[in-house]
Amino acid sequence: MELIIAAIIGLLTCCGVFLILRARTFAVMLGLTMLSYAVNLFIFVSGGLTAGAGAVLGKTETYADPLPQALVLTAIVIGFAMTAFLVVLAIRARAELGNDHVDGQQPQEPR
Amino acid sequence: MINHLAILPILVPVVFAALLLLPYFAVRLQARRLLSATGFVLTLLCSVLLALHVQSGTQLYLLGDWPAPFGIVLVADRLSAAFVVLSSVLMIGGWLYSCSRDDTQEPFFLALLLFLLMGVNGAFLTGDLFNLFVFFEILLISSYGLLIHGGGKNRIRAALHYVLLNLVGSALFLLALALLYSQLGSLQIADMGMRIKQLSQSQLWIVQSAAGLLLIVFGLKAAMLPFHFWLPAAYKQASPVVACVFAMMTKVGIYSLFRVFTTLFGDDAGQLAGFGQNVLMVTGLLTIAVAGALLLASADLRSIVAALVLMSAGTLLSLLGVGSIAADNALLYYTVHSTIATGAMFLLVDIISTQRGNLADRIARGRRLSNQLLTGWAFALLALAIIGMPPLSGFIGKIQLLQAVQGNPWQFVFWGMLLLGSLLVLIVLSRAGSTVFWRLLPGQSNVNALSNWQWAGLAWLLACLFGLVFAAEPLLQYFAAATSEFSAPLRQGGGD
Repeated sequence: MELIIAAIIGLLTCCGVFLILRARTFAVMLGLTMLSYAVNLFIFVSGGLTAGAGAVLGKTETYADPLPQALVLTAIVIGFAMTAFLVVLAIRARAELGNDHVDGQQPQEPR
Repeated sequence: MINHLAILPILVPVVFAALLLLPYFAVRLQARRLLSATGFVLTLLCSVLLALHVQSGTQLYLLGDWPAPFGIVLVADRLSAAFVVLSSVLMIGGWLYSCSRDDTQEPFFLALLLFLLMGVNGAFLTGDLFNLFVFFEILLISSYGLLIHGGGKNRIRAALHYVLLNLVGSALFLLALALLYSQLGSLQIADMGMRIKQLSQSQLWIVQSAAGLLLIVFGLKAAMLPFHFWLPAAYKQASPVVACVFAMMTKVGIYSLFRVFTTLFGDDAGQLAGFGQNVLMVTGLLTIAVAGALLLASADLRSIVAALVLMSAGTLLSLLGVGSIAADNALLYYTVHSTIATGAMFLLVDIISTQRGNLADRIARGRRLSNQLLTGWAFALLALAIIGMPPLSGFIGKIQLLQAVQGNPWQFVFWGMLLLGSLLVLIVLSRAGSTVFWRLLPGQSNVNALSNWQWAGLAWLLACLFGLVFAAEPLLQYFAAATSEFSAPLRQGGGD
């Protein structure tokens, strides 16, 4: 299970970083979202992976670390808000600057 | 009441900011001003009270009354209280200035300022690393809103870069948090400081990589060398009040570096002791060098002040790399001084450019300003303070800095860079000042759109600078007590 989770986190991070390095706001936004998914998964498993363990004491034999679950909830909420803000800002930038390049101008074609 | 003092600098701004969002205030300028004034003054009052109160001992505020390592704590000691006072002081300057123009244009401007104040104060007061992240996000999202205040092409472009960089920074911060939690099993800074001594050899490199990530994240906020690219553009494009209060933002990074790294990687942290000090020293010095180059290349006053912010950030970063008590004392005084001085300079530059009409803040010959005498004197005073010449606080700050690195292997490099940097500031500011104020075209500028609010904001910050000189002795004692209390073993975990 560890291997699968680690591979998923790695893949998400990989895609996220690749997309962030694109120079268009929409791709960058998708990249940031993927990166934050990866980060959220990473936080979620930072307390260790256990199967069949609840976060509430006394309900199951063993219990899972509840703190990362609380942390990841907070991180998800904040991530949503930030993405929403970024979407609005990107639309505004597209309107003001006339294109969706992150630097606000189309790069020159190489001659 | 006195027991809840520690949370008031966070609670007061957020309550007033939330009230300001009500539709009632969106259409009533006077009511909005009155309410925000009350908010800012009350916050300052609470912070000052807190700063006085913590002299009798560190206050731990347990949110929800969960016992110390399990719940979230606020830690109010001299260090955090001093920074909270500083942020409120700067915000009041910005608020006074904003009454001239910004708050009439945009009903929620003042609310955003108050949210920013809440985030900054929270970041200073929190004793929990995850909570630090949350407060970072609060201050960041308010700063995003403030940065695009006023709109315009260049501002949007600068804001887009700033937002994207900080979002990546937040992702890295979370990664670092998760790594640290997986190894240490705690996110309360003081508790982590104790657990870090019991790490096994195999865990060390994981914690090291997490600490490296944290260094990047805080370095991004503090505009440390490879991550400084956002600063000049953002500060140049932000509206003047926003630039003024942003003078606080790099200091949040410096403070977090100081607080977290001193606690986690103090002298008793075994193999991790002094983690990052050399990196901080070298990148700090290089940041000063880059800021010097930016200073020389500046064609307008705003860019000069932005480069000054970068230079003070570089100075503080390299001072963090020294890691001695004397250096920490110097760091605190210089932080306070440079925050207020650069904030005031941003306001003054706007006062100058308002009077020069179309010429704005470009360093070029123009006509005599309509209020030449007062503006000129204010510029001269602030320039003296920033360069570090007597009689203003910059002099005391710089002397402290120079003395603090004595005996450090980097001593002479640091002295050289710092003095060379000051020389550059001296040259650039004299050139700018003499061009703007003395090399005049015939005639007088007829633009006189200055309001008393603008002068009030500037006067408040200047008065605080003078206060820093007159109260230098008690302040230095306060800071000395703050650092010695801070570096005492098991400082926060012991409870009170």
